[in-house]
Amino acid sequence: MSFPAEIFAQALNGLSYGVLLFLLSVGLTLIFGMLDVVNLAHGSLYMLGAYAGLTIIAFAGSFWLALLVAPLAVGLIGMLIERSCLRPLYRRGALDQVLLTFGLIYLFEDLVKWIWGGRIRSIPPPELFSGSVTIWQATVPSYRLFVIAFGLVMAVLLWLVIERTRLGAIIRAGVFDAEMTAGMGIDIDRVFTMVFGFGAALAGLSGVIAGPIQSAQPPMGATILVPALIVVVVGGLGSLKGSLAGSLIIGQAETFGKAWLPSASMLMIYVVMAAVVVLRPQGLFGRPLR
Amino acid sequence: MAGAALLAAVTAFPLFAGNYPVKLLQEILIWGIFAMSLDLLMGYAGMVSFGHSAFFGVGGYVAALLLAKSPGLFTGLVVPAAASALVALVIGLFSTRVSGVYFIMLTLAFSQMFYAITFQASWLGAEDGIVGVPRPSPLGLDLGPPMRFHLYLVILVALAALALARVVRSPFGHVLRGIHDNEGRMEAVGYAVARYKLIAFVVAGTIAGLSGALYVQLVGSITPDAFLWTTSGEALLMVIIGGTGTLGGAVLGAAAFILLQSLVSSYTERWMLILGLTFILFVLFAPGGIVGALRGRVGLRA
Repeated sequence: MSFPAEIFAQALNGLSYGVLLFLLSVGLTLIFGMLDVVNLAHGSLYMLGAYAGLTIIAFAGSFWLALLVAPLAVGLIGMLIERSCLRPLYRRGALDQVLLTFGLIYLFEDLVKWIWGGRIRSIPPPELFSGSVTIWQATVPSYRLFVIAFGLVMAVLLWLVIERTRLGAIIRAGVFDAEMTAGMGIDIDRVFTMVFGFGAALAGLSGVIAGPIQSAQPPMGATILVPALIVVVVGGLGSLKGSLAGSLIIGQAETFGKAWLPSASMLMIYVVMAAVVVLRPQGLFGRPLR
Repeated sequence: MAGAALLAAVTAFPLFAGNYPVKLLQEILIWGIFAMSLDLLMGYAGMVSFGHSAFFGVGGYVAALLLAKSPGLFTGLVVPAAASALVALVIGLFSTRVSGVYFIMLTLAFSQMFYAITFQASWLGAEDGIVGVPRPSPLGLDLGPPMRFHLYLVILVALAALALARVVRSPFGHVLRGIHDNEGRMEAVGYAVARYKLIAFVVAGTIAGLSGALYVQLVGSITPDAFLWTTSGEALLMVIIGGTGTLGGAVLGAAAFILLQSLVSSYTERWMLILGLTFILFVLFAPGGIVGALRGRVGLRA
């Protein structure tokens, strides 16, 4: 493989990982924007998505059905969490809620071990994308190309929903000032539940998407959380644009780190983060910190 | 009086207990001061750090590296604690500028950075870590005999706990509580809030480094897992279960955590499930922790 082809293949790998991080971090950032909560259990919901997908594929034999149903199931779990655990804590402030989501990590990881066992389980890619294609002398698994396309379509859809629909207007209003939005006659409690459920569904969706690339294993939830949080730090909290930019940057940093600096590859994303924190503490697209 | 009786009981514990209970007690003592140092941040200064493992790990790794070269108090305790203080100063300079969830995310990410470094550094044993760390011989005294090591541990833990208690009761500690209650007001009154937070961060990091160094001396090894954010998380669980803002609660929480872990894991594999549930129930229904419940009222929570 020639040099530019290798770079191109790595860039595509990085892009597919970045897209995955985007789907994950956009949920984190939406939930934060709305509820002021950093959902530390977001990685756990991603893990639940992967395992739900695994089970649906095992029973129904269809990746596409899993891609549709697993996020709905995880979204429902998210709504349940918000209603039963987070709601009672709104009066006490955001930190207690963050702590609660931390407890959920332990709960979900052990539940998954209980139900599915602790082994690594691979999820086969859908028939349609099980091969690989050659572009510009670079051989790329076609599933990765599907992930990239799917993620970019999702980014556009999300942007349309948030910027162009009534629901999006309510969400933006809630992010800006939840109390005021409630005062305008919007049932903000329901919006909170919906946004949390929606963010959870996105996490579940990225879990299914990640399955054929990274396999399903119980620690995957705790492992993905750190890069997802770094994306949010780099991009800026509560910003859709920041989430996209941060994901793409971190995706490339991670992938090129692995290829070019294998002895310090894990450090790359932290170097990026540190640089952003020093130069622009609020993140690339975040509102200035007080 | 009660404190002196407790200290005497803890000191004399190996005389009437077997090896395993003694090991549990020693773990409780070490995790106890680690959790206490986190409580200084959480309960007093109102800074919920998810990256406290950074200092525990740095203390542990520095002690492990230096003790292999020369087994003294300077190499086993002083330098490790100083190294942790330095790391806390650097991380603190960045993370104490922000608060709330941003602080949580930054501290978490910084501690994971150390995990990434140690996991891939071959001169630190990479993912296998450093094993076979000798215990120090303070002033030429061999700490091989179990009772001697126990005494050494009790003395150091007691000193660290006393130091933290002094800090909390000092005017400095009162300022921290003021910042916790109302940062803007303290700023308006003329306190350099940022500097107070940074100092608290460094003090907590130093004690955490000390606990890491002691931990290495207890178990004789350290791996990158020490830096994992679950290590910070466990200390956090201890503080919450014990009761934030009480110092003593942190030790109580450490005891509850370690005893429960050893008890539950001998009956079932589902220790994490039970831990998660216990923690969630505490956050929901007993935010004051064990100490708060004992006092019969909700503790000092924001």
